[in-house]
Amino acid sequence: MTAQEVVFTLLGAVAVGSAILVVTTRQLVHAALWLVVSFGALAGAYLLLTAEFVAWVQVLIYVGAVVVLLLFGIMLTRAPIGRMPRGGPDDPLDSGNRWAALAVALATAGVLITTLVHGFSDAVIDLKAEGGGAEPLGASLFRTWVLPFEVLSVLLLAALIGAIVLSRTDIGPRDREGRR
Amino acid sequence: MLELVVKLVLLAAAFAVLPLLVGQTEHKVMAHMQARLGPMYAGAFHGWAQLVADGVKFVQKEDVVPRAADRRIFKLAPAVALVPYLIVLVVVPIGPDGQVVLDLRVGLFFALAVMGVGVIGAIMAGWASANKYALLGGMRVAAQLMSYELPMVLAAASAAMAAGTLSLTGIVEEWRWWWLPWQAIGAVVFFVAGLAELRRPPFDMPVADSEIVFGPYTEYGGLRFALFLLAEYAGIVVLSALTTVLFLGGWKGPFLETELGWLWTLLKVFALSFVVIWLRVSYPRLREDQLQRLAWAWLVPLSLLQLALTGVVKVAMA
Repeated sequence: MTAQEVVFTLLGAVAVGSAILVVTTRQLVHAALWLVVSFGALAGAYLLLTAEFVAWVQVLIYVGAVVVLLLFGIMLTRAPIGRMPRGGPDDPLDSGNRWAALAVALATAGVLITTLVHGFSDAVIDLKAEGGGAEPLGASLFRTWVLPFEVLSVLLLAALIGAIVLSRTDIGPRDREGRR
Repeated sequence: MLELVVKLVLLAAAFAVLPLLVGQTEHKVMAHMQARLGPMYAGAFHGWAQLVADGVKFVQKEDVVPRAADRRIFKLAPAVALVPYLIVLVVVPIGPDGQVVLDLRVGLFFALAVMGVGVIGAIMAGWASANKYALLGGMRVAAQLMSYELPMVLAAASAAMAAGTLSLTGIVEEWRWWWLPWQAIGAVVFFVAGLAELRRPPFDMPVADSEIVFGPYTEYGGLRFALFLLAEYAGIVVLSALTTVLFLGGWKGPFLETELGWLWTLLKVFALSFVVIWLRVSYPRLREDQLQRLAWAWLVPLSLLQLALTGVVKVAMA
């Protein structure tokens, strides 16, 4: 194993380990902070693959904005500071869906791993220093992949408008004659 | 290798000295703007050693952690608030020809991403203190970051578009004097959004001392509190440095750019830091709704306008 492979494996282990801690910790805020560690390790893995741009965008968007949003959401709840009491059937951190969630997670992981192993196990990408910089990424995004990119932006726009409609209580459904 | 070590030592020295200089300037400038003298005794000459004396006092104070606090997070928070600003300085160029510790090709994104991490420190502090004022402060910090991060990134993107590169050194190299009027809106948006991200007055809703004691820092004392204060001053230095590099031409000056480039950079950084202090003395604190209105109704549209303007001029010139 080369040094890069060792570091990559370690980063992967940190990412998976902290991700497991996210769902098993008994302290809600720690879950969000372990998520920071997980995202950070993922950004490190991107860096090792020379995808600098994706790595820093990962930190900017996920660590800087998504986790802050999560923490903001947690602060709006009645989550106590410190450990949640472990209480039998009405444990606040437990859910009847945990086995279904586990099954979905394992199935997703299985599909992804199968696809990767079958489709790309013998594909070797030669990593160049400039390979994942902003320039090649922008060029391929706006030339080769411009259609999926635009479709995604329409999807995000729809979600944004949906959020606005949901949060505006003064926009109600139309009545029979089409008036509001 | 030796060059890198020398640069890192210089960076550490700058990080130790510049925030303290800004802090001392704040004491004196605020005092004179309010028709008082400010610190006059420590160090004999116009109280120059006031912050050193403060530091000695902070170190001697008792290290208190509230009983109900989340101890580990409580102790970790000051470091999370301070260290990102040190890391940002790594990519900020102060002069031409490699007078930068690390010239990253995506330096701009690196700086913005790492700067955003510092805010998590304040939120951690707000949560872990087990104090309702701290919790309210932490929520305000989070709400403020979410609204002001967007215009800040958009304004920075405008400078990157104008230069055609994401490297901070590259942006300064491309900079010409007529960028000043061209990127003026972007510069103002970036600076104002940066102030809000640093929670400096008039955006100090999260630490509003007249309503929620001192927000997320309410339960902190001694050295940890000093680290939060230091983080605020380091934040001023970083914001001023980034504004200088992106919008004011960094090391470019009227003469001797190669020899005195670092001096021009420092001069601009200190001029901007002065403006930061000046704003603190001049404007009353914005209320939460005014704060959100300023971000979403003014700064975001203005930064989009700047992006459009940059794009049009760029295409017209090409």
